[in-house]
Amino acid sequence: MNSKKLKTIFLNNAIVIMLILVSIVVGIIRPGFFSDANARNLIVNTAVRFIIALGVSGCLITKGTDLSAGRAVGLAACLGATFLQRADYTGRVYADMPEFSLILVLLGVILITTCFGMFNGLIISYLKVPPFITTLGTQTIIYGICLVFTGAQPIGGLRKDYTTLSTGAVGGIQWIPYLGVIALVLGIIMFFVYGHTRHGKNMYAIGGNENAAEVSGVNTTKTKILIYATAGALYGFAGFLLGAKAGGASVNIGFGYELEAIAGCTIGGVSTNGGVGRISGILVGVLVFELLKIAMQFVGVEPSYTYIVQGIVIIVAVALDIRKYVAKK
Amino acid sequence: MPDYLIEMNGISKSFPGVKALDGVNLKLRPGAVHALMGENGAGKSTLMKCLFGIYSMDEGEILLNGQHTRILNPFDALKKGIAMVHQELQPIPERSIAENMFCGRYPYKNFGIKVVDHARMYQETAAALERIGLNFDPRRKLGELSVSQMQLIEIGKAISVGAKVIIMDEPTSSLTQAEVETLFSIINILRNEGCAIVYISHKMDEILRISDEVTIMRDGKYIGTWPAAELTTDKIITHMVGRQMTNLYPERDNKPGEVVLTVADYTSIHPKSFRNAGFTLRKGEILGICGLVGAQRTELMEGIFGLRASVSGTVNYQGKKIKIRRPKDAIDNGIALLTEERRATGIFGVLSISDNVAIASLSKYLKYLIMLDGKKINALVHDNIKKLNIKTPSEKTQIQSLSGGNQQKVIISRWLANDPDILIMDEPTRGIDVGAKYEIYTIIADLAKRGKSIIMISSEMQEIIGMADRVMVMCDGIITGFVENDDMTQEKIMELATRFEN
Repeated sequence: MNSKKLKTIFLNNAIVIMLILVSIVVGIIRPGFFSDANARNLIVNTAVRFIIALGVSGCLITKGTDLSAGRAVGLAACLGATFLQRADYTGRVYADMPEFSLILVLLGVILITTCFGMFNGLIISYLKVPPFITTLGTQTIIYGICLVFTGAQPIGGLRKDYTTLSTGAVGGIQWIPYLGVIALVLGIIMFFVYGHTRHGKNMYAIGGNENAAEVSGVNTTKTKILIYATAGALYGFAGFLLGAKAGGASVNIGFGYELEAIAGCTIGGVSTNGGVGRISGILVGVLVFELLKIAMQFVGVEPSYTYIVQGIVIIVAVALDIRKYVAKK
Repeated sequence: MPDYLIEMNGISKSFPGVKALDGVNLKLRPGAVHALMGENGAGKSTLMKCLFGIYSMDEGEILLNGQHTRILNPFDALKKGIAMVHQELQPIPERSIAENMFCGRYPYKNFGIKVVDHARMYQETAAALERIGLNFDPRRKLGELSVSQMQLIEIGKAISVGAKVIIMDEPTSSLTQAEVETLFSIINILRNEGCAIVYISHKMDEILRISDEVTIMRDGKYIGTWPAAELTTDKIITHMVGRQMTNLYPERDNKPGEVVLTVADYTSIHPKSFRNAGFTLRKGEILGICGLVGAQRTELMEGIFGLRASVSGTVNYQGKKIKIRRPKDAIDNGIALLTEERRATGIFGVLSISDNVAIASLSKYLKYLIMLDGKKINALVHDNIKKLNIKTPSEKTQIQSLSGGNQQKVIISRWLANDPDILIMDEPTRGIDVGAKYEIYTIIADLAKRGKSIIMISSEMQEIIGMADRVMVMCDGIITGFVENDDMTQEKIMELATRFEN
């Protein structure tokens, strides 16, 4: 009985245990793994993807999905980069453009991606087009808009204050980068929204049983539009940060990020059957993914192989996790 | 030949935290209908799932024709001649009747590759249905049939596999009286052919009519087996609840007050649904709604609640005309609806009891404008768990792990928390055991006493007569009459319920 209990505990926390084991093993063979620089690298990589995953999670919890996430992030990065180029940069997109404030550009970018998110929500709620198809459509639309807007040209020469968002750290301490702090704050806000507001409860109710939610007086239309709009806002924020992190942007930036975000969420216990998922789980899910990538880099696995490993991890992690929800017979 | 087709001896089964079955016995004779009775949560379904191979039992033995056997899974059960007609159907509505009947065991022709033999499938389906007196085109989409017809198809499926043991889990819950008769004649055919039938139902009159033997369970334990001829409704109830039930319905002493709700000329957008419906409801009144299946009772109530569209009609509430476009409008006006289909439109299965209770009244539990007050919500939930006697390990338990009666009490709590003035209850005691039924009746009577108005739809006429101040009867979308006081008899209600226009 005791060993059975131990096994259950092990299986229920398999992902976290795996995370720790991988870290220890890699840390022993490659001492550089436990360095400030690497911690910083991990946090910065996780931060952007965590913000995207936060956005996707609401869609997943309500039995939807959002395939437009990656392209929305890409558009946001391109917009951010375009409007925050150095005045003395020769390849400026708009040569005579005045110098906008950082906050203004950030808000503008978020506004635009929020509109796309709201568009998703409206189509899904009113026209009843399945989320998978709706967001597949917007994914393509946004990519097209991004191509038209950038003329498929890469955008570089970003302002120092913009790139500092990515390179800077609180009090100059390497392992407390601004990016990490921003992601943490957004995570806390979403934790509060999911667990302690009516909107959050309504979201879980819709995921648990949409018909029952409607009968209970939940405005399912409004809630879903709000969820997709919030997701859009988060992609905007993430994309803006990604532009700073990459030091430039092109149409291909953000490609495939929606799939990583969905993978991170499901690894972290967000059920695609709806109604289940926690912010802490999402963080763990994204972290596992990034840690694994970095660990493989450290050990010297050839990049092409890392994809194979990542794919396996997605399936194994979800297979282990799903045991908790499948009715025991 | 052994006396029994199936012998289940000393069956035990535990789930985390509960012992669902504790040494239960069940012996099935060939050519006999064996009723299995007990309150919800008594373990009837669990026992049947052990027999059908859905669950594996922890202890005990199963003898098939006197031989020890192990039933590994439902497929294995079917091979051994055991079939189950489930309480909740699992139809594939977009496929044909034949494909539904032969799902997983399609007949095929072998041309080197296996090709489904449609002709044979259709022919065998028609033959199986004919044997039980049904005449459907096997090519029809299953989804075009009514729920009760699907239930009969499901029985046809059990027969077509050549089962000798057929388990029927509440087969009549969605059947009309005429369809029940059809079912009973099917059961008689099967009995004469030597099948053993396990019949699970809460309807006493049916049990006493159709069964040969009755086994009663309580709290996962075996209470006993009796020939049906030796039992009466009272005796069965006493065995099921383990105590004497003197009153089936609580005493009511309040008199209805002034009119609070007037509905006039309510007509659905669907021509065959409710038409020109008009009625009033008084403060503190319990208005019963009777009618046969298809009388559009549920549709009318869901129409008033804003779940279904109407082309005409007015609702006057406390002297004011109100417009209800969606459930939220009704709720904001103090009207609540306990829906008929608990699983489909009532519970949030994966969510906790706490979330299930609080969902309709979240705006009452706010602090700092947007934040939910967890402490207040917890107090509310604990209060309801105690007041309504909800049996659960904790308020964090997922609602789907509770029994039907306890789930229903949780949903009633949801509406009590919202404190509506009018509570519409659609089949509030369907699929709920006798003990919990009485508790729910008490809650309803208490609400009426406190001045709330109740509309109660029920297919159990005795329940309506026992509880209601007045009964509204519907037939085929039309309100055919109201009865009260001494007129509230089964005969009078039946007469109105069958008053078809043509």
